[in-house]
Amino acid sequence: MSEVKEKDFRVLTSVTVRFAGDSGDGMQLTGSQFSDTTAWIGNDLNTLPDYPAEIRAPAGTIYGVSGFQLSFGSEDVNTPGDLPDVLVAMNPAALRKNLKEIKHGGVVIVNSDAFDQKNLKLANFDTNPLEDDTLSGYDLHQVPISSLTANALEGLPLSPKEVARCKNFFALGLMYWLYDRPLKNTEDWIKDKFKNKPEYVEANTKALQAGHKFGEMTEVFTTRYKVEAAKLPKGIYRNISGNEATALGFLTASVKSGLPLFLGSYPITPASEILQYLSNYKNFGVKTVQAEDEIAGITSAIGAAFAGNLALTTTSGPGLSLKLEAIGLAVMTELPIVIVDVQRGGPSTGLPTKTEQADLLQAMYGRNGEASVCVIAARTPRDCFYMAIEASRIALKYMTPVILLTDGYLANGSEPWRVPHVNEIPDISVKFRTDAERFYPFLRNDNLARPWAIPGTPGLEHRIGGLEKADVYGTVNYDPDNHDKMVKLRTEKIKRIVNDIPDLEIDGDDHGDLLVLGWGSTYGSIKDAVIKARKSGLKLSQAHLRYLNPMPKNTGQVLKNFKKILIPEINLGQLAHLIRSEYLIPVEQFNMVRGLPLKVNDILEKINSLLGGGNGK
Amino acid sequence: MENSQEVVTKKYTAKDFTSDQDVRWCPGCGDYSILAQVQRTFPDIIQTNKEKIVWVSGIGCSSRFPYYMNTYGFHGIHGRAAIIATGVKVANPDLSVWVATGDGDLLSIGGNHFIHACRKNVDLKVLLFNNRIYGLTKGQYSPTSEKGKVTKTTPFGSVDYPFNPISLALGSDATFVARSIDRNPKHMQEMIKRVGQHKGFALLEIFQNCNIFNDGAFELLTEKDTKDDHVLVLEHGKPMVFGKNQDKGIKLDGAHPIVVDISNGKYSKDDLWVHDEFSDAPIHAMILAHLDDRPDLPSPVGVFRQYFKETYDDAIKAQINKIIEKKGKGDLEKVLFGANTWEVS
Repeated sequence: MSEVKEKDFRVLTSVTVRFAGDSGDGMQLTGSQFSDTTAWIGNDLNTLPDYPAEIRAPAGTIYGVSGFQLSFGSEDVNTPGDLPDVLVAMNPAALRKNLKEIKHGGVVIVNSDAFDQKNLKLANFDTNPLEDDTLSGYDLHQVPISSLTANALEGLPLSPKEVARCKNFFALGLMYWLYDRPLKNTEDWIKDKFKNKPEYVEANTKALQAGHKFGEMTEVFTTRYKVEAAKLPKGIYRNISGNEATALGFLTASVKSGLPLFLGSYPITPASEILQYLSNYKNFGVKTVQAEDEIAGITSAIGAAFAGNLALTTTSGPGLSLKLEAIGLAVMTELPIVIVDVQRGGPSTGLPTKTEQADLLQAMYGRNGEASVCVIAARTPRDCFYMAIEASRIALKYMTPVILLTDGYLANGSEPWRVPHVNEIPDISVKFRTDAERFYPFLRNDNLARPWAIPGTPGLEHRIGGLEKADVYGTVNYDPDNHDKMVKLRTEKIKRIVNDIPDLEIDGDDHGDLLVLGWGSTYGSIKDAVIKARKSGLKLSQAHLRYLNPMPKNTGQVLKNFKKILIPEINLGQLAHLIRSEYLIPVEQFNMVRGLPLKVNDILEKINSLLGGGNGK
Repeated sequence: MENSQEVVTKKYTAKDFTSDQDVRWCPGCGDYSILAQVQRTFPDIIQTNKEKIVWVSGIGCSSRFPYYMNTYGFHGIHGRAAIIATGVKVANPDLSVWVATGDGDLLSIGGNHFIHACRKNVDLKVLLFNNRIYGLTKGQYSPTSEKGKVTKTTPFGSVDYPFNPISLALGSDATFVARSIDRNPKHMQEMIKRVGQHKGFALLEIFQNCNIFNDGAFELLTEKDTKDDHVLVLEHGKPMVFGKNQDKGIKLDGAHPIVVDISNGKYSKDDLWVHDEFSDAPIHAMILAHLDDRPDLPSPVGVFRQYFKETYDDAIKAQINKIIEKKGKGDLEKVLFGANTWEVS
């Protein structure tokens, strides 16, 4: 190679990158390493892992393509980005599947070694797209990643297969060079991950460094990019995914309540990680029961709640369906349990690895009888931490099941999180009933909560169960008036939680032409759409519900002050349905059920159409 | 530290275990006998701390049981008794957790929880009220009903084979498996005491007559003139003798049990199979479990098998203690700040 030319640096405020390759190519690892390093140097970011339900689909096929998209910037980043600026495609199938989503004129980096006849055929390319005009509108960089990796690892005691597996680190090293990120974070990770296999440490580190050096030396790339650190509030930060935040939230709730944590759960995508994370915290006294089925997950938790633990079960939509009868039992026995539903595409098995918001009505109403429960939803990955604590607090204080809704995008996606100190988090400790004087199992306090008297407490022996119970005394009772009273009391108890939750906040004016209302993981997309609309001169406000049952006290008032309400959801209008029936007001819907987060531009288009000729222009 | 205080132990009576609820089973139901035997034996089993007893049930006639016991009780939903009880026991291993269940509850809708509680050796004491019929739904056949049974849902006779609960429990590696009969209170009391003493998953199957929907299901085993010829009372270390005149015995011919006459001089008690409750090999108990598959062989009652291994709840507790010993008690601040962090100043 001739003399190395000085490369230009271009400063960007935000970039969206997508890594794509075979399921076995390590794209999730590459993406999460890039994210961690990017967070570590101070960018704000948001990620979207997007992988197939199959573990290792046949190599080279389109349905086996695994992707990881992230957006990072020097300003607030609220979504993983609509359309990537950069695609790293490790084979033709990855190019085929993702090209239509790449921004026109965007950067496409391909592993040219993988573009052989076999792979081209598997990806349905009649001719090689690197040689025809398929990529004419893009800034194409052909890099023989496989052979360059093999060259870099020459002489190491590895099989050709093992060498091939290191190519994702080469690609990662190249991307680190292109976006001016340090290698150290990943080098440390490699050292730790393969501490028992020094030959892998050497190989992966060499591949990473070779990729970086290739960027420096080659003439393929003439420009590098700089994305300055974001101006985040002061503090100590870490990058966190929704599932990890959920697990840490419950661990914190256990510490802050002074109760041992009990998790009964059956593995299910995309919720299994919460069980995996929590099973690591045995030294906090956490008890994790991997149950024989979904029903066993929740019913063991109900038993543990009866015995005085902070009890929870974690699942996704199909699992929630199986748990519904047991949630009714927890409603009837008035025991505190938390049910986490990491929603995924449905119905039935649906899209196991994709995101959706279509379990809201199941969470609200999916039980026999009048069985109101508290339903809350996290809106960002880091919000999962706070909502897990909040779910625990409400369950313990009101002796009720609480359903916490997150989803696949929140669960797997990550963002920087300013870590709170333990002493900043409020105490949620509970007092068990121990006094036998005037003890009745269903004698309620001011919150209408019944006493929690746990087995082992002398003199408080009592029986509870799924049959209707007499008010106050708790004996089996079939009296019509008693049932009417108990049904109303149980429902009223949930309603009164409204006095104990924050008001719905409005971003923007508290009245106007349009309010965009959302819940759950659409928060970031809606926020960016609203910001963009304002930049174009429109006037509008945003509000986001974290409490779905009950909804904040001021919700009705907030809604009445706007001429139009727009509710974007990744379902066919479930929140819209609740709002219409609760507040008797018309709402506009925007619904896309693609298994993916809503795109900012799609919401923006809807906003534009609703505000017609432009209200503020 | 020496405990200078005298521990005052209160001796309970059957009445201490009787709740203020009216018992609502049909007159003549075998469940009354089970309740009575439990209340009679509990003062012997439970010397102190009645508050540490929890009765858990599912749905069915049997599952009303907790309401009638003056202990902590949880009346669950159909089929889930064993797993609700597992949650109670894991949450607080100091509790003595009992399950009252029926053949539909434990073996049909709750079959999965049953086999897994056996497999995990959760320290639960399970009383299975087996009446071979659905009583509370008024007379449909159950998973223990004999093939060909005519019921409301099988007017032409059922076509499916029944479960053998003893065999199922043995096959799922339960550590204590026994059987008794509602009409033999003394034997049942003895078995309940054995259940109470066992550490680990204990199943006591109780043949229980439903006099409304399946009356006489166990008639041969309970009527005065037939029971001795049809019931084999298992006793550890003793040869298997039965019959009105104690004149018949079970002999093992390879793996095949046969009935021999010990009154005519050809065979004596020395030739008979001697029961070993603690046999390492489950095969002996399994042969006994299937003894009455053949009409010429008696139905065994008593302890089929007992052995010991670490319980699930103990193992969870021990693992937690071990990890705490190794890593120290969890420090939340360290966990929250433990990952790759960076500072924004």
